Amino acid sequence: MIKFLEQLGLYFILLKKVLSKPEKPVIYYKQTIHEIVFLGLNSVGIITVISFFMGAVITLQTAYNTENPIYPTYLIGLGCRDSILLEFSSTITGLILAGKVGSSIASEIGTMRVTEQIDALEIMGVNSASYLILPKIIATLVFNPFLTLISISVGIVGGWLAGTTAGVVTSEDYIYGIQYAFIPYYVTYAIIKTLIFAFLITTVSAFHGYKVEGGSLEVGQASTKAVVHSSILILLFNVILTQLLLS
Amino acid sequence: MIRVTSLNKSFNGQPVLSDISVSFEAGKTNLIIGRSGSGKTVLLKSIVGLHDIDSGEIWYDDLLFNKLDFHARKEIRKEMGMLFQGSALFDSLTVEQNVRFPLDMFTGKSLEEKTDRVNSCLQRVNILNSNKLLPSELSGGMKKRVAIARAISLNPRYLFCDEPNSGLDPLTAILIDELIKDLTEEYSMTTIVNTHDMNSVMKIGEKVVFLSDGKKCWEGSNKEILDSDCGTLNDFVFANALAKQLRKSLK
Repeated sequence: MIKFLEQLGLYFILLKKVLSKPEKPVIYYKQTIHEIVFLGLNSVGIITVISFFMGAVITLQTAYNTENPIYPTYLIGLGCRDSILLEFSSTITGLILAGKVGSSIASEIGTMRVTEQIDALEIMGVNSASYLILPKIIATLVFNPFLTLISISVGIVGGWLAGTTAGVVTSEDYIYGIQYAFIPYYVTYAIIKTLIFAFLITTVSAFHGYKVEGGSLEVGQASTKAVVHSSILILLFNVILTQLLLS
Repeated sequence: MIRVTSLNKSFNGQPVLSDISVSFEAGKTNLIIGRSGSGKTVLLKSIVGLHDIDSGEIWYDDLLFNKLDFHARKEIRKEMGMLFQGSALFDSLTVEQNVRFPLDMFTGKSLEEKTDRVNSCLQRVNILNSNKLLPSELSGGMKKRVAIARAISLNPRYLFCDEPNSGLDPLTAILIDELIKDLTEEYSMTTIVNTHDMNSVMKIGEKVVFLSDGKKCWEGSNKEILDSDCGTLNDFVFANALAKQLRKSLK
Protein backbone atom coordinates (compact mmCIF):
# COMPACT_ATOMS: atom_id res chain seq x y z
CA MET A 1 0.00 0.00 0.00
CA ILE A 2 2.83 2.41 0.92
CA LYS A 3 4.59 1.54 -2.33
CA PHE A 4 1.36 2.23 -4.25
CA LEU A 5 0.96 5.63 -2.57
CA GLU A 6 4.63 6.41 -3.24
CA GLN A 7 4.17 5.58 -6.93
CA LEU A 8 0.99 7.65 -7.05
CA GLY A 9 2.83 10.59 -5.49
CA LEU A 10 5.69 10.26 -7.99
CA TYR A 11 3.13 10.11 -10.82
CA PHE A 12 1.56 13.41 -9.75
CA ILE A 13 4.98 15.04 -9.23
CA LEU A 14 5.88 14.01 -12.78
CA LEU A 15 2.54 15.37 -14.05
CA LYS A 16 3.28 18.73 -12.40
CA LYS A 17 6.64 18.83 -14.16
CA VAL A 18 5.05 17.81 -17.47
CA LEU A 19 2.32 20.42 -17.32
CA SER A 20 4.63 23.34 -16.53
CA LYS A 21 5.03 26.16 -19.08
CA PRO A 22 6.88 25.01 -22.23
CA GLU A 23 10.31 26.58 -22.74
CA LYS A 24 9.95 27.21 -26.45
CA PRO A 25 6.38 26.67 -27.73
CA VAL A 26 7.44 26.45 -31.39
CA ILE A 27 9.62 23.41 -30.65
CA TYR A 28 6.80 21.78 -28.69
CA TYR A 29 4.46 22.45 -31.62
CA LYS A 30 6.82 20.64 -34.02
CA GLN A 31 7.15 17.76 -31.56
CA THR A 32 3.36 17.54 -31.23
CA ILE A 33 2.93 17.30 -35.00
CA HIS A 34 5.56 14.56 -35.08
CA GLU A 35 3.76 12.67 -32.28
CA ILE A 36 0.38 13.01 -34.03
CA VAL A 37 1.90 11.22 -37.01
CA PHE A 38 3.83 8.68 -34.94
CA LEU A 39 1.22 7.86 -32.28
CA GLY A 40 -1.99 8.78 -34.11
CA LEU A 41 -1.82 8.34 -37.87
CA ASN A 42 0.26 5.17 -37.52
CA SER A 43 -2.57 3.65 -35.46
CA VAL A 44 -5.29 4.18 -38.08
CA GLY A 45 -4.53 0.85 -39.79
CA ILE A 46 -4.81 -1.39 -36.75
CA ILE A 47 -7.89 0.46 -35.46
CA THR A 48 -9.59 0.07 -38.86
CA VAL A 49 -8.89 -3.67 -39.11
CA ILE A 50 -9.94 -4.44 -35.54
CA SER A 51 -13.06 -2.24 -35.68
CA PHE A 52 -14.19 -3.85 -38.92
CA PHE A 53 -14.09 -7.36 -37.50
CA MET A 54 -15.48 -6.16 -34.16
CA GLY A 55 -18.54 -4.72 -35.93
CA ALA A 56 -18.93 -7.91 -37.95
CA VAL A 57 -18.86 -10.14 -34.88
CA ILE A 58 -21.23 -7.91 -32.89
CA THR A 59 -23.78 -8.04 -35.75
CA LEU A 60 -23.56 -11.82 -36.10
CA GLN A 61 -23.83 -12.36 -32.33
CA THR A 62 -26.75 -9.91 -32.00
CA ALA A 63 -28.49 -11.73 -34.86
CA TYR A 64 -27.88 -15.08 -33.17
CA ASN A 65 -29.25 -13.84 -29.84
CA THR A 66 -32.33 -12.18 -31.33
CA GLU A 67 -33.26 -15.06 -33.62
CA ASN A 68 -36.95 -14.85 -32.73
CA PRO A 69 -39.91 -13.78 -34.91
CA ILE A 70 -41.03 -11.38 -32.12
CA TYR A 71 -37.94 -9.19 -32.61
CA PRO A 72 -37.77 -7.10 -35.77
CA THR A 73 -34.46 -7.59 -37.60
CA TYR A 74 -33.66 -3.89 -37.61
CA LEU A 75 -32.81 -4.40 -33.91
CA ILE A 76 -29.63 -6.06 -35.16
CA GLY A 77 -28.49 -2.74 -36.63
CA LEU A 78 -29.60 -0.87 -33.52
CA GLY A 79 -27.81 -3.33 -31.21
CA CYS A 80 -24.65 -3.16 -33.27
CA ARG A 81 -24.69 0.66 -33.32
CA ASP A 82 -25.26 1.04 -29.57
CA SER A 83 -22.69 -1.60 -28.63
CA ILE A 84 -20.07 0.05 -30.79
CA LEU A 85 -20.93 3.59 -29.71
CA LEU A 86 -21.33 2.97 -26.02
CA GLU A 87 -18.61 0.46 -25.36
CA PHE A 88 -16.52 -1.10 -28.04
CA SER A 89 -15.15 1.84 -30.00
CA SER A 90 -13.92 3.78 -27.01
CA THR A 91 -12.95 0.96 -24.65
CA ILE A 92 -11.60 -1.59 -27.10
CA THR A 93 -9.79 1.15 -29.01
CA GLY A 94 -8.38 2.33 -25.67
CA LEU A 95 -7.16 -1.15 -24.81
CA ILE A 96 -5.60 -1.62 -28.24
CA LEU A 97 -3.87 1.74 -27.99
CA ALA A 98 -2.69 0.90 -24.47
CA GLY A 99 -0.86 -2.02 -26.06
CA LYS A 100 0.43 -0.29 -29.16
CA VAL A 101 0.99 3.31 -28.10
CA GLY A 102 1.59 2.63 -24.39
CA SER A 103 4.41 0.15 -24.94
CA SER A 104 5.92 2.40 -27.60
CA ILE A 105 5.95 5.44 -25.27
CA ALA A 106 7.34 3.51 -22.29
CA SER A 107 10.11 1.86 -24.31
CA GLU A 108 11.05 5.07 -26.13
CA ILE A 109 11.33 7.14 -22.95
CA GLY A 110 12.84 4.23 -21.00
CA THR A 111 15.55 3.76 -23.62
CA MET A 112 16.27 7.49 -23.54
CA ARG A 113 16.62 7.22 -19.76
CA VAL A 114 19.06 4.29 -19.74
CA THR A 115 21.16 5.75 -22.57
CA GLU A 116 21.44 9.04 -20.63
CA GLN A 117 19.61 11.06 -23.31
CA ILE A 118 17.25 12.38 -20.62
CA ASP A 119 20.26 13.37 -18.48
CA ALA A 120 21.66 15.16 -21.54
CA LEU A 121 18.42 17.17 -21.82
CA GLU A 122 18.50 18.03 -18.11
CA ILE A 123 22.14 19.15 -18.32
CA MET A 124 21.22 21.52 -21.14
CA GLY A 125 18.59 23.07 -18.88
CA VAL A 126 15.63 21.53 -20.73
CA ASN A 127 12.62 20.35 -18.70
CA SER A 128 12.93 16.80 -20.03
CA ALA A 129 9.58 15.60 -18.67
CA SER A 130 7.69 18.39 -20.34
CA TYR A 131 9.67 18.24 -23.59
CA LEU A 132 9.22 14.47 -23.97
CA ILE A 133 5.76 13.87 -22.53
CA LEU A 134 3.62 16.97 -23.10
CA PRO A 135 3.63 16.70 -26.93
CA LYS A 136 2.58 13.05 -26.62
CA ILE A 137 -0.33 13.96 -24.33
CA ILE A 138 -1.51 16.73 -26.65
CA ALA A 139 -1.11 14.49 -29.71
CA THR A 140 -3.20 11.66 -28.27
CA LEU A 141 -5.83 14.03 -26.88
CA VAL A 142 -6.16 15.66 -30.31
CA PHE A 143 -6.03 12.54 -32.46
CA ASN A 144 -7.59 9.70 -30.43
CA PRO A 145 -11.14 11.10 -30.77
CA PHE A 146 -10.68 10.82 -34.56
CA LEU A 147 -9.55 7.23 -34.08
CA THR A 148 -12.72 6.57 -32.11
CA LEU A 149 -14.88 8.14 -34.83
CA ILE A 150 -13.08 6.03 -37.44
CA SER A 151 -13.62 2.97 -35.28
CA ILE A 152 -17.35 3.71 -34.93
CA SER A 153 -17.80 4.23 -38.67
CA VAL A 154 -15.75 1.19 -39.72
CA GLY A 155 -17.40 -0.99 -37.06
CA ILE A 156 -20.87 -0.13 -38.35
CA VAL A 157 -19.80 -0.78 -41.95
CA GLY A 158 -18.23 -4.10 -40.85
CA GLY A 159 -21.50 -5.05 -39.17
CA TRP A 160 -23.51 -4.18 -42.29
CA LEU A 161 -21.21 -6.18 -44.55
CA ALA A 162 -21.17 -9.24 -42.27
CA GLY A 163 -24.94 -9.07 -41.64
CA THR A 164 -25.93 -8.75 -45.29
CA THR A 165 -23.32 -11.26 -46.52
CA ALA A 166 -24.40 -13.86 -43.95
CA GLY A 167 -28.05 -13.11 -44.74
CA VAL A 168 -29.05 -12.43 -41.12
CA VAL A 169 -30.34 -8.93 -41.89
CA THR A 170 -31.27 -7.04 -45.03
CA SER A 171 -29.40 -3.90 -45.96
CA GLU A 172 -32.56 -1.78 -45.52
CA ASP A 173 -33.30 -3.17 -42.04
CA TYR A 174 -29.72 -2.70 -40.89
CA ILE A 175 -29.60 0.90 -42.11
CA TYR A 176 -33.01 1.59 -40.55
CA GLY A 177 -31.76 0.03 -37.29
CA ILE A 178 -28.63 2.13 -37.05
CA GLN A 179 -30.75 5.28 -37.45
CA TYR A 180 -33.56 4.19 -35.14
CA ALA A 181 -33.83 6.01 -31.76
CA PHE A 182 -30.39 7.50 -32.20
CA ILE A 183 -29.18 9.50 -29.20
CA PRO A 184 -26.41 11.94 -30.25
CA TYR A 185 -25.16 12.15 -26.64
CA TYR A 186 -23.75 8.63 -27.05
CA VAL A 187 -21.14 10.04 -29.40
CA THR A 188 -20.21 12.71 -26.85
CA TYR A 189 -20.01 9.98 -24.20
CA ALA A 190 -17.66 7.92 -26.39
CA ILE A 191 -15.45 10.95 -27.07
CA ILE A 192 -15.24 11.89 -23.37
CA LYS A 193 -14.21 8.33 -22.53
CA THR A 194 -11.63 8.38 -25.33
CA LEU A 195 -10.09 11.62 -24.03
CA ILE A 196 -9.77 10.27 -20.49
CA PHE A 197 -8.34 6.97 -21.77
CA ALA A 198 -5.86 8.82 -24.02
CA PHE A 199 -4.61 10.86 -21.06
CA LEU A 200 -4.27 7.74 -18.91
CA ILE A 201 -2.45 5.71 -21.57
CA THR A 202 0.04 8.46 -22.33
CA THR A 203 0.81 9.62 -18.81
CA VAL A 204 0.94 6.17 -17.18
CA SER A 205 3.16 4.78 -19.94
CA ALA A 206 5.41 7.85 -19.90
CA PHE A 207 5.66 7.59 -16.10
CA HIS A 208 6.86 3.99 -16.31
CA GLY A 209 9.36 4.86 -19.02
CA TYR A 210 10.64 7.99 -17.29
CA LYS A 211 11.47 6.28 -14.00
CA VAL A 212 13.33 3.30 -15.50
CA GLU A 213 16.63 2.49 -13.83
CA GLY A 214 18.98 -0.12 -15.21
CA GLY A 215 19.22 -1.47 -18.72
CA SER A 216 17.29 -3.12 -21.52
CA LEU A 217 15.69 -5.68 -19.19
CA GLU A 218 14.17 -2.89 -17.07
CA VAL A 219 12.99 -1.07 -20.20
CA GLY A 220 11.12 -4.23 -21.24
CA GLN A 221 9.62 -4.56 -17.77
CA ALA A 222 8.55 -0.91 -17.82
CA SER A 223 6.91 -1.43 -21.17
CA THR A 224 4.95 -4.42 -19.85
CA LYS A 225 3.93 -2.52 -16.70
CA ALA A 226 2.80 0.42 -18.84
CA VAL A 227 0.45 -1.80 -20.85
CA VAL A 228 -0.90 -3.69 -17.82
CA HIS A 229 -1.46 -0.61 -15.66
CA SER A 230 -2.96 1.43 -18.50
CA SER A 231 -5.36 -1.41 -19.36
CA ILE A 232 -6.46 -1.85 -15.75
CA LEU A 233 -7.00 1.89 -15.37
CA ILE A 234 -8.99 2.01 -18.61
CA LEU A 235 -11.31 -0.72 -17.33
CA LEU A 236 -11.64 0.96 -13.93
CA PHE A 237 -12.35 4.39 -15.39
CA ASN A 238 -14.76 2.80 -17.86
CA VAL A 239 -16.96 1.77 -14.94
CA ILE A 240 -16.61 5.14 -13.20
CA LEU A 241 -17.30 7.17 -16.34
CA THR A 242 -20.26 5.01 -17.34
CA GLN A 243 -21.82 5.57 -13.93
CA LEU A 244 -21.07 9.30 -14.03
CA LEU A 245 -22.11 9.99 -17.61
CA LEU A 246 -25.04 7.64 -18.15
CA SER A 247 -26.75 7.51 -14.77
CA MET B 1 35.89 27.63 -10.97
CA ILE B 2 33.94 24.83 -9.31
CA ARG B 3 34.41 24.11 -5.62
CA VAL B 4 33.03 21.15 -3.70
CA THR B 5 33.11 21.10 0.09
CA SER B 6 32.33 18.22 2.46
CA LEU B 7 30.15 16.44 -0.09
CA ASN B 8 28.37 13.30 1.08
CA LYS B 9 26.14 11.10 -1.03
CA SER B 10 24.54 7.75 -0.31
CA PHE B 11 22.10 5.44 -2.09
CA ASN B 12 19.58 3.58 0.10
CA GLY B 13 21.66 4.28 3.19
CA GLN B 14 24.84 2.98 1.54
CA PRO B 15 27.50 5.75 1.47
CA VAL B 16 28.98 6.25 -1.98
CA LEU B 17 30.86 9.53 -1.47
CA SER B 18 32.23 10.60 1.92
CA ASP B 19 33.41 14.07 2.83
CA ILE B 20 34.74 15.07 -0.59
CA SER B 21 36.31 18.54 -0.73
CA VAL B 22 38.02 19.63 -3.91
CA SER B 23 38.25 22.59 -6.26
CA PHE B 24 38.43 22.51 -10.05
CA GLU B 25 40.19 25.39 -11.67
CA ALA B 26 39.03 27.39 -14.68
CA GLY B 27 40.92 27.02 -17.96
CA LYS B 28 42.37 23.72 -16.81
CA THR B 29 41.61 20.09 -17.55
CA ASN B 30 40.71 18.58 -14.18
CA LEU B 31 40.61 14.80 -13.95
CA ILE B 32 38.78 12.59 -11.49
CA ILE B 33 40.37 9.15 -11.52
CA GLY B 34 39.78 5.94 -9.64
CA ARG B 35 38.81 2.31 -10.05
CA SER B 36 35.40 1.29 -11.36
CA GLY B 37 32.87 1.77 -8.54
CA SER B 38 35.02 4.30 -6.70
CA GLY B 39 32.34 7.00 -7.06
CA LYS B 40 33.70 9.03 -9.99
CA THR B 41 30.46 9.15 -11.98
CA VAL B 42 28.36 9.81 -8.86
CA LEU B 43 30.66 12.73 -7.99
CA LEU B 44 30.42 14.14 -11.51
CA LYS B 45 26.63 13.71 -11.62
CA SER B 46 26.34 15.31 -8.18
CA ILE B 47 28.40 18.29 -9.34
CA VAL B 48 26.13 18.85 -12.35
CA GLY B 49 22.99 18.33 -10.25
CA LEU B 50 21.78 15.06 -11.75
CA HIS B 51 22.05 13.53 -8.26
CA ASP B 52 20.84 15.36 -5.15
CA ILE B 53 23.52 15.27 -2.48
CA ASP B 54 22.95 14.35 1.19
CA SER B 55 25.13 17.17 2.55
CA GLY B 56 27.90 19.51 1.51
CA GLU B 57 28.24 22.43 -0.87
CA ILE B 58 28.81 22.75 -4.60
CA TRP B 59 29.94 26.22 -5.70
CA TYR B 60 29.99 27.47 -9.27
CA ASP B 61 32.16 30.56 -8.87
CA ASP B 62 30.22 32.49 -6.20
CA LEU B 63 26.89 30.62 -6.61
CA LEU B 64 25.94 27.81 -4.24
CA PHE B 65 24.57 25.49 -6.94
CA ASN B 66 23.00 22.82 -4.75
CA LYS B 67 20.81 25.37 -2.95
CA LEU B 68 19.53 27.08 -6.09
CA ASP B 69 15.94 26.59 -7.22
CA PHE B 70 15.03 24.91 -10.53
CA HIS B 71 15.01 28.14 -12.56
CA ALA B 72 18.30 29.46 -11.21
CA ARG B 73 19.91 26.08 -11.83
CA LYS B 74 18.55 26.17 -15.36
CA GLU B 75 20.44 29.38 -16.04
CA ILE B 76 23.73 27.81 -14.93
CA ARG B 77 22.96 24.67 -16.89
CA LYS B 78 22.82 26.71 -20.07
CA GLU B 79 26.52 27.32 -19.47
CA MET B 80 27.29 23.62 -19.05
CA GLY B 81 28.23 21.09 -21.68
CA MET B 82 28.48 17.41 -20.96
CA LEU B 83 29.94 14.47 -22.78
CA PHE B 84 28.35 11.26 -21.55
CA GLN B 85 29.96 7.83 -21.46
CA GLY B 86 27.67 6.53 -24.18
CA SER B 87 27.60 9.91 -25.99
CA ALA B 88 23.83 10.27 -25.32
CA LEU B 89 23.09 11.64 -28.79
CA PHE B 90 19.37 11.83 -29.56
CA ASP B 91 18.64 8.74 -31.67
CA SER B 92 15.89 10.29 -33.76
CA LEU B 93 17.89 13.40 -34.74
CA THR B 94 20.63 13.70 -37.35
CA VAL B 95 24.14 14.86 -36.49
CA GLU B 96 23.24 18.42 -37.51
CA GLN B 97 19.99 18.41 -35.54
CA ASN B 98 21.76 17.05 -32.46
CA VAL B 99 24.33 19.84 -32.48
CA ARG B 100 21.67 22.44 -33.32
CA PHE B 101 19.36 21.29 -30.51
CA PRO B 102 20.73 23.59 -27.74
CA LEU B 103 20.73 26.49 -30.21
CA ASP B 104 17.09 25.79 -31.16
CA MET B 105 16.13 25.57 -27.51
CA PHE B 106 17.92 28.55 -26.06
CA THR B 107 18.75 31.07 -28.76
CA GLY B 108 16.69 33.25 -31.03
CA LYS B 109 19.16 32.93 -33.91
CA SER B 110 18.01 32.48 -37.49
CA LEU B 111 18.31 29.06 -39.12
CA GLU B 112 21.24 30.31 -41.20
CA GLU B 113 23.13 31.54 -38.13
CA LYS B 114 22.45 28.30 -36.32
CA THR B 115 23.60 26.24 -39.30
CA ASP B 116 26.83 28.26 -39.45
CA ARG B 117 27.46 27.64 -35.77
CA VAL B 118 26.71 23.90 -36.15
CA ASN B 119 29.13 23.64 -39.08
CA SER B 120 31.87 25.49 -37.21
CA CYS B 121 31.44 23.22 -34.16
CA LEU B 122 31.49 20.09 -36.33
CA GLN B 123 34.52 21.38 -38.18
CA ARG B 124 36.24 22.04 -34.86
CA VAL B 125 35.83 18.38 -33.87
CA ASN B 126 36.77 17.16 -37.35
CA ILE B 127 33.38 15.81 -38.37
CA LEU B 128 32.95 16.65 -42.02
CA ASN B 129 30.19 15.74 -44.49
CA SER B 130 28.20 13.83 -41.89
CA ASN B 131 25.51 16.38 -41.09
CA LYS B 132 22.65 14.23 -42.35
CA LEU B 133 23.74 10.98 -40.73
CA LEU B 134 21.89 9.48 -37.76
CA PRO B 135 23.81 8.52 -34.59
CA SER B 136 23.28 4.84 -35.42
CA GLU B 137 25.34 5.38 -38.58
CA LEU B 138 28.38 6.76 -36.71
CA SER B 139 31.40 5.00 -35.19
CA GLY B 140 32.09 5.25 -31.45
CA GLY B 141 34.76 7.94 -31.93
CA MET B 142 32.53 9.97 -34.23
CA LYS B 143 29.68 9.82 -31.73
CA LYS B 144 31.98 11.19 -29.02
CA ARG B 145 33.10 14.01 -31.29
CA VAL B 146 29.54 14.92 -32.26
CA ALA B 147 28.64 14.89 -28.55
CA ILE B 148 31.54 17.26 -27.90
CA ALA B 149 30.34 19.49 -30.75
CA ARG B 150 26.87 19.56 -29.17
CA ALA B 151 28.38 20.30 -25.76
CA ILE B 152 30.32 23.33 -27.03
CA SER B 153 27.62 24.73 -29.34
CA LEU B 154 26.52 27.32 -26.76
CA ASN B 155 30.10 28.29 -25.76
CA PRO B 156 29.84 26.74 -22.29
CA ARG B 157 31.88 27.86 -19.30
CA TYR B 158 31.90 24.37 -17.83
CA LEU B 159 32.58 21.10 -19.64
CA PHE B 160 32.02 17.72 -18.03
CA CYS B 161 33.19 14.47 -19.59
CA ASP B 162 32.24 11.08 -18.20
CA GLU B 163 34.70 8.41 -19.37
CA PRO B 164 35.27 10.07 -22.75
CA ASN B 165 37.62 7.29 -23.90
CA SER B 166 35.61 4.24 -22.92
CA GLY B 167 35.19 1.84 -25.81
CA LEU B 168 37.64 3.68 -28.06
CA ASP B 169 40.89 2.43 -29.57
CA PRO B 170 44.08 4.04 -28.14
CA LEU B 171 44.65 6.35 -31.12
CA THR B 172 41.08 7.67 -31.17
CA ALA B 173 41.24 8.04 -27.39
CA ILE B 174 44.33 10.26 -27.76
CA LEU B 175 42.51 12.38 -30.37
CA ILE B 176 39.54 12.85 -28.03
CA ASP B 177 41.88 13.77 -25.14
CA GLU B 178 43.69 16.33 -27.26
CA LEU B 179 40.40 17.76 -28.44
CA ILE B 180 39.14 18.18 -24.87
CA LYS B 181 42.39 19.83 -23.79
CA ASP B 182 42.47 22.18 -26.79
CA LEU B 183 38.83 23.20 -26.36
CA THR B 184 39.37 23.82 -22.64
CA GLU B 185 42.16 26.28 -23.43
CA GLU B 186 40.36 27.80 -26.42
CA TYR B 187 37.12 28.54 -24.52
CA SER B 188 38.77 29.00 -21.07
CA MET B 189 36.36 26.44 -19.66
CA THR B 190 36.43 24.66 -16.34
CA THR B 191 36.67 21.08 -17.56
CA ILE B 192 36.18 18.02 -15.40
CA VAL B 193 36.93 14.61 -16.89
CA ASN B 194 36.16 11.27 -15.28
CA THR B 195 38.51 8.55 -16.40
CA HIS B 196 40.46 5.49 -15.42
CA ASP B 197 42.66 5.70 -18.50
CA MET B 198 46.26 6.44 -17.41
CA ASN B 199 47.14 7.65 -20.90
CA SER B 200 44.63 10.46 -20.45
CA VAL B 201 45.96 11.22 -16.99
CA MET B 202 49.52 11.60 -18.22
CA LYS B 203 48.52 13.53 -21.34
CA ILE B 204 45.91 16.04 -20.16
CA GLY B 205 45.70 15.82 -16.36
CA GLU B 206 46.67 19.32 -15.28
CA LYS B 207 44.92 18.60 -12.01
CA VAL B 208 44.17 15.06 -10.90
CA VAL B 209 41.90 13.93 -8.06
CA PHE B 210 42.09 10.27 -7.07
CA LEU B 211 39.05 8.61 -5.51
CA SER B 212 39.02 5.29 -3.74
CA ASP B 213 35.95 3.76 -2.08
CA GLY B 214 34.11 7.07 -2.25
CA LYS B 215 36.85 9.06 -0.54
CA LYS B 216 39.37 11.51 -1.94
CA CYS B 217 42.76 9.88 -1.44
CA TRP B 218 45.08 12.16 -3.37
CA GLU B 219 45.18 15.27 -5.53
CA GLY B 220 47.94 16.86 -7.54
CA SER B 221 49.13 17.20 -11.11
CA ASN B 222 50.06 14.49 -13.61
CA LYS B 223 53.71 15.40 -13.06
CA GLU B 224 53.44 14.61 -9.36
CA ILE B 225 51.50 11.39 -9.74
CA LEU B 226 54.49 9.10 -10.33
CA ASP B 227 56.21 10.33 -7.20
CA SER B 228 53.19 9.91 -4.96
CA ASP B 229 53.58 7.91 -1.76
CA CYS B 230 49.84 7.05 -1.70
CA GLY B 231 49.69 3.24 -1.78
CA THR B 232 46.22 2.89 -3.31
CA LEU B 233 47.09 5.45 -6.00
CA ASN B 234 50.32 3.60 -6.84
CA ASP B 235 48.41 0.32 -7.04
CA PHE B 236 46.02 1.99 -9.48
CA VAL B 237 48.66 3.80 -11.55
CA PHE B 238 50.95 0.81 -11.87
CA ALA B 239 48.22 -1.78 -12.26
CA ASN B 240 49.04 -2.97 -15.76
CA ALA B 241 52.02 -5.16 -16.63
CA LEU B 242 53.71 -2.54 -18.81
CA ALA B 243 53.57 0.08 -16.08
CA LYS B 244 54.95 -2.41 -13.55
CA GLN B 245 57.89 -3.22 -15.82
CA LEU B 246 58.51 0.46 -16.42
CA ARG B 247 58.53 1.18 -12.71
CA LYS B 248 60.93 -1.71 -12.10
CA SER B 249 63.31 -0.45 -14.77
CA LEU B 250 63.12 3.11 -13.41
CA LYS B 251 64.06 1.87 -9.96
